[in-house]
Amino acid sequence: MGGVHPEENKISNDAAIEVMPVPSQMVVLMNQHLGAPATPVVQKGDKVKVGQLIGEAQAFMCANVHSPVSGTVAKVEPCKDAFGLAKPAVYINVEGDEWMETIDRTPDIKRECTLEPKQIVDKLKEMGIVGLGGATFPAHIKYAIPDGKKAEYLIINAAECEPYLTSDYRVMMEHAEEVCIGVSILRKALGVPNAYIGIESNKPLAIAKMQEMSRQFEGIIVEPLKVKYPQGAEKQLINAVTGRKVPSGKLPIDVGCVVSNLGTAFAVYEAIQKNKPLIENILTVTGKKLPSQHNYVVRIGTTYNDIIKHSIGELPATTGKVISGGTMMGKAVVNLDAPTVKGNSSVLVMDEGEARRNPETACIRCGKCMHACPMGLEPYMFSSLVKNNRIEEAKEHNILDCIECGCCFFSCPANKPLTDEIRLGKNKVRAMMAAKK
Amino acid sequence: MTQQILIAVLVLGAIGAFFAVVLYFVAQKFKVVEDPLIDEVAEVLPGANCGGCGKAGCRAFAEACVAQGNLEGLRCAPGGDVVMQKVASLLGCAAEAGEPQVAVVRCHPANCGENRRSNYDGLKSCAFANTVYTGENGCPFGCLGCGDCVAACQFDAIHMDAETGTPVVDEEKCTACGACAKACPRRVIELRNKGNKGRRVFVRCINKEKGAVAMKTCKNACIGCGKCAKVCPFEAITVADNVAYIDYTKCKACRKCVTECPVHAITDVNFPAPAKKPEAPKPAEEAPAANN
Amino acid sequence: MNLLNISGSPHVHSDESTKRIMWRVNMALIPALLVAIAYFGISALIISAISVLSCVLFQWLVEKYILKVPSTICDGSAVVTGLLLAFNVPATIDMMWIVVIGALVAIGVGKMAFGGLGKNPFNPALVGRVFLLISFPVQMTTWPDVSKVSFFGLDTVTGPTPLGLLKGRGAEALDQLPQAWDMFIGHIGGSFGEVSALAILLGAAYLCWKKIITWHIPVTFIGTAFVFSAILWLVNPVHVGVDPTDGMTKLLGFIDPLTTILTGGIMLGACFMATDMVTSPMAKSGQIIFGVGCGLLTVIIRTWGAYPEGVSFAILLMNSVTPLINRCCKPKRFAC
Repeated sequence: MGGVHPEENKISNDAAIEVMPVPSQMVVLMNQHLGAPATPVVQKGDKVKVGQLIGEAQAFMCANVHSPVSGTVAKVEPCKDAFGLAKPAVYINVEGDEWMETIDRTPDIKRECTLEPKQIVDKLKEMGIVGLGGATFPAHIKYAIPDGKKAEYLIINAAECEPYLTSDYRVMMEHAEEVCIGVSILRKALGVPNAYIGIESNKPLAIAKMQEMSRQFEGIIVEPLKVKYPQGAEKQLINAVTGRKVPSGKLPIDVGCVVSNLGTAFAVYEAIQKNKPLIENILTVTGKKLPSQHNYVVRIGTTYNDIIKHSIGELPATTGKVISGGTMMGKAVVNLDAPTVKGNSSVLVMDEGEARRNPETACIRCGKCMHACPMGLEPYMFSSLVKNNRIEEAKEHNILDCIECGCCFFSCPANKPLTDEIRLGKNKVRAMMAAKK
Repeated sequence: MTQQILIAVLVLGAIGAFFAVVLYFVAQKFKVVEDPLIDEVAEVLPGANCGGCGKAGCRAFAEACVAQGNLEGLRCAPGGDVVMQKVASLLGCAAEAGEPQVAVVRCHPANCGENRRSNYDGLKSCAFANTVYTGENGCPFGCLGCGDCVAACQFDAIHMDAETGTPVVDEEKCTACGACAKACPRRVIELRNKGNKGRRVFVRCINKEKGAVAMKTCKNACIGCGKCAKVCPFEAITVADNVAYIDYTKCKACRKCVTECPVHAITDVNFPAPAKKPEAPKPAEEAPAANN
Repeated sequence: MNLLNISGSPHVHSDESTKRIMWRVNMALIPALLVAIAYFGISALIISAISVLSCVLFQWLVEKYILKVPSTICDGSAVVTGLLLAFNVPATIDMMWIVVIGALVAIGVGKMAFGGLGKNPFNPALVGRVFLLISFPVQMTTWPDVSKVSFFGLDTVTGPTPLGLLKGRGAEALDQLPQAWDMFIGHIGGSFGEVSALAILLGAAYLCWKKIITWHIPVTFIGTAFVFSAILWLVNPVHVGVDPTDGMTKLLGFIDPLTTILTGGIMLGACFMATDMVTSPMAKSGQIIFGVGCGLLTVIIRTWGAYPEGVSFAILLMNSVTPLINRCCKPKRFAC
């Protein structure tokens, strides 16, 4: 149902993962995840090592933050994030590269995991693992299945249906074994018989590689998926793999599914088997007009400017937009001095011509938005309802079901900012519901 | 022939009479008793249904007035004292004289032009832009410039200045209904007393960032230095969260703070042009302010 | 460096635009126009040009002086209206000033009065056509005889259309009916854009290929007309007989389904006018209802109505229920 086919533009597919050098100063934001910010546990002047806990999760919906570098804490004060909003942060002056002794930095691959499910979840919490698919949902909450619910399927999202992004693809090509071990660990944590790795069938090499590797592991099934955006959206992925449909307003666990990103599985492997907290991102630096395409492993907290400087020197003069994430759901960045955070998957540089939206014209009621909507909603209608402040009606027409995939705006011949309008409408509906309570 | 006409007249007459009787009884049965005073009060209200009183519309306001029997806590801002006097005389109670107010945009126009750091290309809605980023000049507190206030105004009293990208209030038309202030997701717009001859002084910034950070985003940002509070003889100015605020009920428009402010964040409007004061703001800078 | 742009996601857009859709519809109308020029000569071209130019001009005037909005004449929608309106009139040269009036009604009343493109409840070209049909019934139903028109011949040699013949119910009509193949390639009398089913289907195929229309409306429209008329024809096929009510020898019964779908405006209506995005339902299920309704109404009007042709009225009637259909036929929600 629905969906669109944006140009894939996976131009950085063949760029092997390189290691980005550590910059001289690091800013680590305290809320790199969904939920409350972590509480800083270091002070100005403290020495920290790579992997040391610097922000502790004290709220329920929160994740630990670890130092990605070694050095001295310069200050603990707010820093503007990529969108210009001030967030609590720890500034670290980098000195050397001294890692915590507990972290296993050897290249050996460890397959056996002796931990019990409960211990695995505790360790995920300790290591600050969050979902790396974009939502950065703390993993220890997702894998602690609430009473009365039962997980039957573990689904690993390797669809990477977003244009341009190739970080998951590179991880599959270069770290297939680690990923499979990570998946086995997550499978054990949930106690489910099978884990499915969903990969869009436009990545035949990755499918072959993962299939070959998965044969060595029990209960890992590689599932080639139809090429369509948004195949990797949680509800669509569950439907494609299991045939189950998550009803409106419910969570995947309500139909017995747990979905994690492929990058998360890799991070889980490193956290559980190597004791390495989540301090690195695998990140694509790409753009049609860039002189070179890259995939990097980057210490979390490296600024956009540092990444750009190291990879391509400077932005082309015709740059129109810098996006963190893919073109369909990524976020446009305004502050290039901002540090990267957990879950960042790309620095996508778009040209001025590509980046500008065309002027809006009149809706011709073609219904393309409706046919493109993977949730079976009517975006054109939300547009007028939201404009006229008919919030109650928008709610009745299930505006909250929208997954903000952007298919409606993508397909609209009148260039109406439908996705923006729907997001605004969702906010208004939530505000209205909160006011009623 | 005559007979046919007669039949037609009789039949139609009978049908008419029958339905008249039916309608009469139905009307009696479903009669809604309503205080005629509500109609009278609604009659004197401006009828703009702006919602500035907090009610759903003018009729709802009239109902509230009649139900309450007095005007305590009820005020029609667009109608002002004239309308409130009329309502009071209808209700037979006293009307509290209210100070006439006007909407004031607390963000400096100089904020936008050359200080722009990004170009917003999305839905023209402040409420939405507010969820995406901080604003074209990077100020997380200032005007976003998408014109939600303009769209909210029913009196055509607020317009976007195409050059600065910040709204300008037309004092003549503004009725202080507060729709713009409510529409602004950042609460940049505030209702303030109009002041004697429209002369008033206010801090044209609500940036709560620390001075150094605020200065980086905007050269006219209030840095919370507190000089204005010290110089104020009426204790009208308070500084909280790195931003000064002038209490319009205490301010006597002496303008000591205006000259004291090191970043020209405090604006005075509708004062006669300064004659021989070199340190006062230049007329060019005051021009946009005078419209406010 | 430029200022960085910022907006909510998505940051890419398909290359689809209203302008492109409209110009593609114009492209799809070209085969029918060429056939018309081939059969009816230069006058078809002149009438099309006048119709298109006056539609564009009226739209420009209304936008500039009445609505005071930026002009949208470049988006090609007025050209589509102009072409469709021209296709709906007989290709005789004295139609010229009538076409201008039709264009004024189509653009002024049919479209701009509602606020312009996208807001009109009725297909503007059909509004113009029906206005002309009611106001100028003689001119609008006087067709040039295809077999007697020379390319530059501007004088009218009138001939009958198949539907006109049948409506007249003359006993001789049956012998004068053209062959199915002639009707398919368009060698028959009629409004000049409607005559060739082949050219129209070619255009429709192009639109389907470019995903501007889907098969739902054309197929259900034509299919329903075919099936419905086939049922009537099977019950009582067309024949010459004595009418029991007045004892006259005339045509009795119902015409065969092939003639039904190949004559008159069904092809043009089903492929180009019923599929107008603005005035047809959006959901597939709604489009099927719409097509079936159009097909039924067309045959009903043709068979029992006063006019020989019913496509325009059928589509306009279904246009009027489109909002209702849109309200009832919703897309299937995920997991519902």
